[in-house]
Amino acid sequence: MSTAPALVATQASIRQTRIHLLELARGHPRVILAGSLVLLLFLIALLAPFISPHDPIAVNADNAYLPPLSPSHLLGTDELGRDLFSRVLWGARVSLPVAFVAVAVGLVAGGVIGLISGYFGGIFDLLLMRFIDALLAFPALILAIAIVAALGPDLRNAMIAIGIVAIPVYARLVRALVLQLKHMEFIAATRSLGATPMRIILRHLIPNLLNPVIVQVSLSAGFAILAEATLSFLGLGAQVPTPDWGQMINTGATFLANDPWLAIVPGAAISVTVFSFNLLGDSLRDALDPRLRS
Amino acid sequence: MSLHLLELEDVHTNLTLKAGVVRAVDGVSFHVDAGETLGIVGESGSGKSMTALSIMRLLPRSGRIDSGAIRFKGRDLTGLSEDEMEEIRGTEMAMIFQDPMTSLNPVYRTGWQVGEPLQIHRGIDVRASIAAAIAMFKKVGIPEAEKRVAQYPHVFSGGMSQRAMIAMGLTTSPSLLIADEPTTALDVTIQAQILDLLRNLNRDSGMATILITHNLGVVAGICDRVIVMYAGRVVEQGRTEDVFAHPEHPYTWSLLHSIPRLDADDREPLKVIEGSPPDMMRLPSGCKFQPRCPFAVEQCAKDEPELRDVRGHLARCWVTQAGTSLNGSVDAG
Amino acid sequence: MPAEAVASGLSASTWSAADPLVEVRRLSTWFPVRSGVLTRTVGQVRAVDGVDLTIRQGETLGLVGESGCGKSTLGRSILRLIEPTSGEVRFKGQDMLRMGPAAMRRMRRDMAMIFQDPFGSLDPRQTVGDIVGEPLEIHHLARTRRQRQERVRELLDLVGLAPSFVDRYPHEFSGGQRQRVGIARALAVDPTFIVCDEPVSALDVSIQAQIINLLERLQEKFNLTYLFIAHDLSVVKHISDRIAVMYVGKVVEVSSARELYQSPQHPYTGSLLSAIPIPDPTVERGRERIILKGDVASPVNPPSGCRFRTRCFKAQPRCAELEPPLDTVRLGDHLAACYFPLG
Repeated sequence: MSTAPALVATQASIRQTRIHLLELARGHPRVILAGSLVLLLFLIALLAPFISPHDPIAVNADNAYLPPLSPSHLLGTDELGRDLFSRVLWGARVSLPVAFVAVAVGLVAGGVIGLISGYFGGIFDLLLMRFIDALLAFPALILAIAIVAALGPDLRNAMIAIGIVAIPVYARLVRALVLQLKHMEFIAATRSLGATPMRIILRHLIPNLLNPVIVQVSLSAGFAILAEATLSFLGLGAQVPTPDWGQMINTGATFLANDPWLAIVPGAAISVTVFSFNLLGDSLRDALDPRLRS
Repeated sequence: MSLHLLELEDVHTNLTLKAGVVRAVDGVSFHVDAGETLGIVGESGSGKSMTALSIMRLLPRSGRIDSGAIRFKGRDLTGLSEDEMEEIRGTEMAMIFQDPMTSLNPVYRTGWQVGEPLQIHRGIDVRASIAAAIAMFKKVGIPEAEKRVAQYPHVFSGGMSQRAMIAMGLTTSPSLLIADEPTTALDVTIQAQILDLLRNLNRDSGMATILITHNLGVVAGICDRVIVMYAGRVVEQGRTEDVFAHPEHPYTWSLLHSIPRLDADDREPLKVIEGSPPDMMRLPSGCKFQPRCPFAVEQCAKDEPELRDVRGHLARCWVTQAGTSLNGSVDAG
Repeated sequence: MPAEAVASGLSASTWSAADPLVEVRRLSTWFPVRSGVLTRTVGQVRAVDGVDLTIRQGETLGLVGESGCGKSTLGRSILRLIEPTSGEVRFKGQDMLRMGPAAMRRMRRDMAMIFQDPFGSLDPRQTVGDIVGEPLEIHHLARTRRQRQERVRELLDLVGLAPSFVDRYPHEFSGGQRQRVGIARALAVDPTFIVCDEPVSALDVSIQAQIINLLERLQEKFNLTYLFIAHDLSVVKHISDRIAVMYVGKVVEVSSARELYQSPQHPYTGSLLSAIPIPDPTVERGRERIILKGDVASPVNPPSGCRFRTRCFKAQPRCAELEPPLDTVRLGDHLAACYFPLG
């Protein structure tokens, strides 16, 4: 997860004014495309119980290892005869909420840390940033694994772990933005009016942080999906029998020689999802950058 | 004088932006002779900087000289290749810019930078160019020149950086120096030093200077002739004493009356120019100053006046061309 | 003790309208210079270094000086936008530097600031209506939303902006119009005292006159007191009753605007006046010029004694020994910190 791309756009984005969604969509077809993809994914997750042709956990040993495009099994079946198409659809119900919660945890916790650090500075900044440095000392996935291992392997702990891993990105991004905004004249002007720090943070800092943060959220979501899949692949996330893409790859890996689709199908699902979020983040960043607009 | 050092004839420079085409320089003609200092006055959007960049052929990618001639020592610069222009820039024509702190390259020592034009155009070696730089530094009044040439630009103050820039421009003894707002970013006491320097250089070497500024006081101090620009056009042109004594264009008149003067004793409210500087994308028909003009008559909104002689110098105004004098009129608007 | 500080011992209970509105005594604002990995403090930027000043109700005090003289820092220190390092600031007799945050917030209803940068001083994400209405919200000056909207329209009208501008954003306006929004915002709390920090420097020449006239009109209408900070002495002389000249953190001369021009005492003031170009060729070319040598002294390490001596054409050995206090020259209300004034 890199903050560099989002930060580059922050200098310009901060002085942005409100952008209406329609205006955004009109000038930037990539945003529409990415937005539609993401929306589609959410709909799939939401409607999976209604649109799945089969029960994703129904075992049917006679129908095992059916290849894709078999009758009534669009993407084939796995080693236990479960329909892969249905399992992929249901897998979205695991990955997307996890990504959501994780990013939310990172955003809220990291954002608050960044705000306090940036706005009040001094001892707060010193202590909080050292804490962030400590988190950053570990490679992201290793840290997530360690946290889950400590808390016990289940989906809820995976969400927490990924969330914690996401904190430093937001803390640093928000802190950098606040430091920049803090020195702008309109903040001094608001202070001269007698505004409390709370008012300044809520009414003036946060609205001006939105653009770069939104971009980062999209990018983080992609990472979170990947992280969740990795944890589940390692057996630390979703547990049997919950259909989960990472877990499906784990089992599918053993059959790669003869029945590769068992692993390829969930792998493709992950790729498409991560790609969609990354595309959304990228296109939003370009769309919100005033330099590229003129 | 048969041949002017620099002569612009009906130059049109257009900027092609995403939102439309801006006629940044719209039919500008004037000349500069050796030894004189010409001032170009205007506010943002008047086209004064674009005119200078057109002369030097240093326009941004969106800009192009679409028509007109720029004759320097008889040669039309608009037709020259980039290589030929490079030869002229730095040897016969030099330009200095507004912000001296960003005009110098921070990673090279100042002496080396100042001597660079000599390395490029006269082919002398580095050691000789540094010696020349030391001489130039002394000429522009930088103390401890030998020490200074070895320093990097960030050590220099604003005033000293501007002197270094002037030194760089002068190393090859050009015939023409174009200074684009050279003192705007400087403190007023430093400004006085730099203007004094420019005045002396002009007098001693016979070099011609084009001084671009929005400050009428600076023009009054060192310019022999002055051009006033508005919305890409020349609206008034003539000897400095004449233009200040009896401005024949309402814009010049309004500017002179709206600036607070140090030697004024009254505390009367300043005369105001209503409205805002023009939107170059949406210029009015007829005279471009008409919406803000306190003297405008019906004809002004319909036809654009030509630049004609009015009582000894040139002005682009129907009202004064018809014989009305602006001097002594309280604002008629 | 300088005349400015003689009126000491005033407290809030004894203050009346005849007393000075703002009293500044020995005010200093220093900024640490940090260096090295451990960010040790290796020096101090003495942006404001022991300033005494009084501002009377209803007057405009101009504050001039070149870059680095500390005038902007002084203005912000008086309003406590920057915390001064030491000294005293009394507003209507009350000691501002010792106030708690709640009392300070109440105090801010009576004072306001207009900023230099019309582009940076307005929150780009707020509408003009929000910006001008915010002070009303902060200080609960309007009981209903309708009342607030009324007041906002009233304020926009006062500064010459159409009431329909309330729903527009700053980026839709020109520099001059944005500056008017800033002025409307400052007026919203109905202040007594306004610090104008270079309010016209960033504007086109043809717009400056509009804003200057507006400020003068408003002053007359509401009996405002201005601290007008600028580097352009022509503008300052036009609008100010009295002027204080600053050099590297200290006030070196104070007098009425007219007297400052007609008989400046401090050599720095003299050279400042001589350096300002006058838009009249005959006058300008006939003037006697004082061209200073060298650059402005550093506020980190000012010269000993009189700070101006390194550039001063009248400097004598005595100038390096002891710094001349502001009342070294005292001609009535006209003070100057110089042992060898212009006379």
